[in-house]
Amino acid sequence: MNKIIYLDNAATTRVAPEVVEAMVPYFSENYGNPSSIYELAGASKEAVSRSRETIAGILGAEAKEIYFTGCGTEADNWAIVGAFEAYKDKGNHIITTKIEHHAVLNTCEYLEKMRKANVTYLDVDENGLVRPEELEKAITPKTILISVMYANNEIGTIQPIKEIGQIARKHGILFHTDAVQAFGQLPIQVDDDYIDMLSSSAHKINGPKGMGFLYIRKGVKIRSFIHGGAQERKRRAGTENVPGIVGYACAAKRAVDSMEERTKRERNLRNHLINRIMKEIPYVRLNGDPEKRLPNNVNVSLQFIEGESLLIMLDMEGICVSSGSACTSGSLDPSHVLLAIGLPHEIAHGSLRMTLGEDTTKEELDYVVEKLKGIVEHLRAMSPLYEDFVKNRKK
Amino acid sequence: MYSEKVMDHFQNPRNVGEIEDASGVGTVGNAKCGDIMRIYLDIDENQVIHDCKFKTFGCGAAVATSSMATELVKGKTIQEAMEVTNQAVMDALDGLPPVKVHCSLLAEEAIHAALWDYAEKNHIEIEGLEKPKTDIHEGEEEQEEEY
Repeated sequence: MNKIIYLDNAATTRVAPEVVEAMVPYFSENYGNPSSIYELAGASKEAVSRSRETIAGILGAEAKEIYFTGCGTEADNWAIVGAFEAYKDKGNHIITTKIEHHAVLNTCEYLEKMRKANVTYLDVDENGLVRPEELEKAITPKTILISVMYANNEIGTIQPIKEIGQIARKHGILFHTDAVQAFGQLPIQVDDDYIDMLSSSAHKINGPKGMGFLYIRKGVKIRSFIHGGAQERKRRAGTENVPGIVGYACAAKRAVDSMEERTKRERNLRNHLINRIMKEIPYVRLNGDPEKRLPNNVNVSLQFIEGESLLIMLDMEGICVSSGSACTSGSLDPSHVLLAIGLPHEIAHGSLRMTLGEDTTKEELDYVVEKLKGIVEHLRAMSPLYEDFVKNRKK
Repeated sequence: MYSEKVMDHFQNPRNVGEIEDASGVGTVGNAKCGDIMRIYLDIDENQVIHDCKFKTFGCGAAVATSSMATELVKGKTIQEAMEVTNQAVMDALDGLPPVKVHCSLLAEEAIHAALWDYAEKNHIEIEGLEKPKTDIHEGEEEQEEEY
């Protein structure tokens, strides 16, 4: 294997060199605890507050509305459990969707089982879009929270967030969005979209792993999730991950500054990859909305093929991708997202997700298409489903 | 995650294909769980498995276990083939990750299904052979979730 072609940027990204550079002094020289009062700690404290301002500015929020967490998953957990506990006197109903990340879905299930929450999991259409009118119909006097992801991590579909936010605001219901895949990829303004809480994660935008934040609109009540010291305005205890916070802000600024140019380039490359696959490989389906789609997301189902086999064969060619097949999820069921958009199991098992990054080139994508063609042919020749399909077609 | 032998049989699967007018054909598994295995047997008048081919839709382990199973039964009598258990397939592959053990069960079931088809066609009984389950995950219990 010579060169690695990395097409799994929705899983994680390479930390940008300037992000690493920005972080290093906060490991080595400015290692003080931001909560301490001596001068050494001052630099840490200042770096955290500067970083908070940078991120707040990107979202059109105030610095005190940004709360750093240990990851995007923690932000999702906190938003949902914290809001549920704070508003449970008002009601116990949560509205979310069937295609959320497990960080949201499993948290909702936890609340159903352990805290008597009543959760509506909205269906989506064949492209993975939530229907706002259905969402509005699901609202009851007991609804206290609506949680809909900004953009889907598997199929890249971008939700009508503003419309959903408007509905939530009209009914006086809190609106949370998991923006882990969208932050830094799409221009997000919390006021324009009527967002009350927003989760994000640093390592999806060339920042460090182990860093997330939750935006909480001023005035929103939320119970603490991590108890201890008085950090993060007494809402999220634990010594701040200073280098992580600095790296996060640096990565976020970098992503936003380059957003227009970078996403335009990625969108072109994405369309090139989609077009070539759809044209040159038979029996392929594009998953997710063709237009309302993250600039870097390609998700296709290759009929008659199982995803893990495909992944291993691509890996042997140095190509890193991911799949919604059961074998890659540790369970027997394929991706809940692909099932929710109505794919039959065998087609969901044969899905392939390729997520482009800032370093991806056209040459790399052309190489991937060439390799993919051969692998698909090889695996189909081995597939009893393809055999049956060919025989039935002859009849 | 996979042994060298598994990778070898996945990359260079032995006996892929179909046998026309096979003596017995067995298909097991289902698309829901993501594995389907089909085994073709060519059995001569002395009840020796002359040839064996497979087609599999599934993960790396599913392909490798099918490939190894065909190797193990080829040239054997049908009684000897009955002794090719999932454990034998796994041992021959230098083991499988725990989550992939079901693939070896699928391979054993596929062989049995093909033998069952052969037995039915020829109105004979094969000692120790029971009608194969079509879904190997039947009766498996779901893992308990903890909170």
